[in-house]
Amino acid sequence: MVLDCGLVLVFPGPNSATGEDIVELHVHGGRATQRALEAALGEIEGLRPAEAGEFTRRALEHGRIDLTEAEGLGDLLAAETEHQRRAALRLSEGGLRQKIERWNDRLVDVAASIEAALDFSDEDDVPEAVTAQSGVALAILSDEIGRLVAAPSVERLRDGVRVVIAGPPNSGKSTLINSLAGRDVAIVSSTAGTTRDRIEVPVVRSGIAYVLTDTAGLRNEGADEIERIGIGRAVDAIAASDILLWLDDTPPPYAEALWLHARCDVPGRQALPTGPELAISAASGAGIAALWSLLEARAKALGSAPDEMAINARQRTLLASAETMLRAGSAEPDILLRAEAIRSTRAAFDSITGRANVEAVLDALFGRFCIGK
Amino acid sequence: MNQFDVIVIGGGHAGTEAAAAAARRGARTALVSFDPAKIGAMSCNPAMGGLGKGHLVREVDAFDGLIARATDAAGIHYRMLNRSKGLAVQGPRVQADRRRYAAAIQTMLAEQANLTIVAGEAAALRMVAGRIAGITLADGCDLVAPSVVLATGTFLGGRIFRGEEREIGGRVGEAAASVLAEQLRGAGLPMARLKTGTPPRLDGRTIDWARLDEQPSDTDPWTMSPLTPARTLPQVHCAITRTTEVTHAIIRAGLDRSPLFGGAIAGAGPRYCPSIEDKIHRFGDRDGHQIFLEPEGLDDHVVYPNGISTSLPIDVQEAFVASIPGLERTRILTPGYAVEYDHIDPRALDATLELRAIPGLFCCGQINGTTGYEEAAGQGLVAGLNAAAHALGVAPVILDRASSYLGVMIDDLVLQGVTEPYRMLTARAEYRLRLRADNAETRLGPIADAAGCLGDARRERLERRNVARTEIEGGLEQPLSPAELIVRGAPIAPGPHRRPGSEWLRLAGVTVEQVAPDLVADADPALLAEIVEDVRYAPYLLRQEAEIAMVRGNDAIALAADLDFAGIPGLSAEMVERLSTARPSTLGQAGRLRGITPAALAAILLHARRRAA
Repeated sequence: MVLDCGLVLVFPGPNSATGEDIVELHVHGGRATQRALEAALGEIEGLRPAEAGEFTRRALEHGRIDLTEAEGLGDLLAAETEHQRRAALRLSEGGLRQKIERWNDRLVDVAASIEAALDFSDEDDVPEAVTAQSGVALAILSDEIGRLVAAPSVERLRDGVRVVIAGPPNSGKSTLINSLAGRDVAIVSSTAGTTRDRIEVPVVRSGIAYVLTDTAGLRNEGADEIERIGIGRAVDAIAASDILLWLDDTPPPYAEALWLHARCDVPGRQALPTGPELAISAASGAGIAALWSLLEARAKALGSAPDEMAINARQRTLLASAETMLRAGSAEPDILLRAEAIRSTRAAFDSITGRANVEAVLDALFGRFCIGK
Repeated sequence: MNQFDVIVIGGGHAGTEAAAAAARRGARTALVSFDPAKIGAMSCNPAMGGLGKGHLVREVDAFDGLIARATDAAGIHYRMLNRSKGLAVQGPRVQADRRRYAAAIQTMLAEQANLTIVAGEAAALRMVAGRIAGITLADGCDLVAPSVVLATGTFLGGRIFRGEEREIGGRVGEAAASVLAEQLRGAGLPMARLKTGTPPRLDGRTIDWARLDEQPSDTDPWTMSPLTPARTLPQVHCAITRTTEVTHAIIRAGLDRSPLFGGAIAGAGPRYCPSIEDKIHRFGDRDGHQIFLEPEGLDDHVVYPNGISTSLPIDVQEAFVASIPGLERTRILTPGYAVEYDHIDPRALDATLELRAIPGLFCCGQINGTTGYEEAAGQGLVAGLNAAAHALGVAPVILDRASSYLGVMIDDLVLQGVTEPYRMLTARAEYRLRLRADNAETRLGPIADAAGCLGDARRERLERRNVARTEIEGGLEQPLSPAELIVRGAPIAPGPHRRPGSEWLRLAGVTVEQVAPDLVADADPALLAEIVEDVRYAPYLLRQEAEIAMVRGNDAIALAADLDFAGIPGLSAEMVERLSTARPSTLGQAGRLRGITPAALAAILLHARRRAA
């Protein structure tokens, strides 16, 4: 009985993705066809569905990919935006490993010159100026590591730039979030204090992921208990925001906020007064496109450059400690301690690539996969 | 009496330590040597210790070994290298009177219980059912023992090269152990050839000392062994001179007659102690290489020129020596030469230095591809302790990298093998901050005591130091206010907070005299200095502890002894070869092998896990 007409690809090992022989069946879409095929495959002796992350695990087992590549692969599969995809791809293609290898090579050079000064200086064969140069080299390297540490994390890329809409009650916040989200996510009413809780909605626009947050209007008196809790949450959200949109006629109490002049469709409010950056009307749509442009510009400024990598929390912690150690080492007058800083940094690098403490890394890695890839 | 527990072949630095260590552990030990009068001879540089090497000397001494005490008995010039660079890289170096050094060693061996010196040549090993049963001497005599230690040094299949001359021998004027070498080669053990060189010996009466810069012995009266209270011999000066452009030109002209460049020597030479031909060849743009002129003894006019190791023909040696300032009229007593010799690939050994292929056979010293008396002595100690353990059925002594330079050396040898003569450098120790030459007895005393190889004097000292240590550490924990310290001259800011003395010591410019003047007055200065240094490095050591714990994660993952690395997909042929030869027993060891990538480690781990599941 013919299930489907499709394409069969055979990749013989060891040059396949996992190192083993791989067969790919490319069939027509449609849930019924897929289910029928899965059922038929299930009846073949010795065949079973892959576990979560199993193909990646096999690639790792066969040495086809290393740990940072596997981590990148995990990010790639979770990528929802173009930006995330490119960042994850760079990681999965060994971008981080290569960067670390190059840093490691430079560290080895500096270490060698320091060791020569330590072990052979008495044979009068190594100049003392070497130690001055090593301090400079280490400072430069720690700056480079610092730049990668400061780059936005893959989690932020994945979860989205946090845009918080804040202002006094009844300033048009909920109307704005509905307009930006393209649907009614928040209740709008003319009564002040409608929004009591935080409303979060993920939105993707121009390849960038955002999390828009509507908040309770900020006011000092006249709020009941529930609204006060909501105001507390609003303050927290503002503190955690990447971009703050402020809707009010009085200036925002936060320095980097984007001050908007809302409801410019209402008579008497058409002109943009001095102070706010942009006039918008969520009801009429005026200024919304311009607002998106502003958001995009700010998000890009926050975000990593197109060629940068996005590292995950595990890698960031290790790199941050490496940066700290190396920076301290570069200023350290005792060159023995400088050599020790280099050694510690290389140990941190080993933990990132998985050379050290492989088990812990593998466990953390395979806990993340939730589909059969 | 021909029945022993341990037989040691070779009376050099490895053999003497091995024999003494086995005897101290209670094994009936025989030391077999071609010529017992030459036991303890220093075949090259008349100095012990130095950078990295000095650590090994102190560590052997912590096990009550011979090398440090013999050095002090013969010490005529003491210099602490790297004095300004911190205790962790300081290297105690002592020049010894050759004759007195050998005499001291022979005396200590004569006084050692359980030890018999046997004059003779070991012709063959005797084995029963694949295990060592003893040896046969060249005169036909059989010696029976379950443990044999090979410490044959440069005698094994040795050939001497000087210019166009060739000789069979290990040291000038001595026979080579060729028969034994044949037997080892025939056993199919992995072997290779290395070379080592020595400079010409000069007649000190014909050196123009007055023109040269002097280097006196250190005035600070430190000694190599903490058990030696003071230096006993008068101290001599060394002198310093340099090679010149003329020297280099003469050497270059003679390169084609050097065995090194003539291709006659196949063995790889050391990077760190290259011949003067190598130095000129590689660093040809330097305008001069430093030479230390070291007297070989008090009543000895022989001078050892440190830095011009060579195998050039005699006439070239005479010419280039004469071109060196101060040596214009100097007579060469013994020309320099190179020795090429067999060695065993030490990856065939396990961490006790026992040959995996032949249980009961232990190898130590130059036979394993190392260079230097100190490296030899360190291996001799470990081999001797473990040969005794094998014979007596007691616990072996296995030292890891975090405990000692001995541990670093043995791990490097048995895991990585050698491509050139292995020499200790502080750079090899990743835990260098904790492995100092001044704290060897603190680190290793308890291990040595547990192995039962300490004499009474040493054990008493250990106990006394433990008591004193507790007192000093308590004293340093006393809280002090800034005001108290400022009054004593400490360069700190005033403030209300009292802190323990140990915390104050970590600040720049604060000294122990300011923090604990009572301790400075009463306590043993060396012990106090050691503890102060521990305190200063404490934050780094703490971080290292955390790191060791993390890395030990990999060490905790055992790999089966019969693991077929070739069966793990994704490993390159080169990786498989390295892994199969070294046979790492844990993932941590596998990770330290050169050329093993993280991807490969992950593959090995996952494979090992699946097998276990």
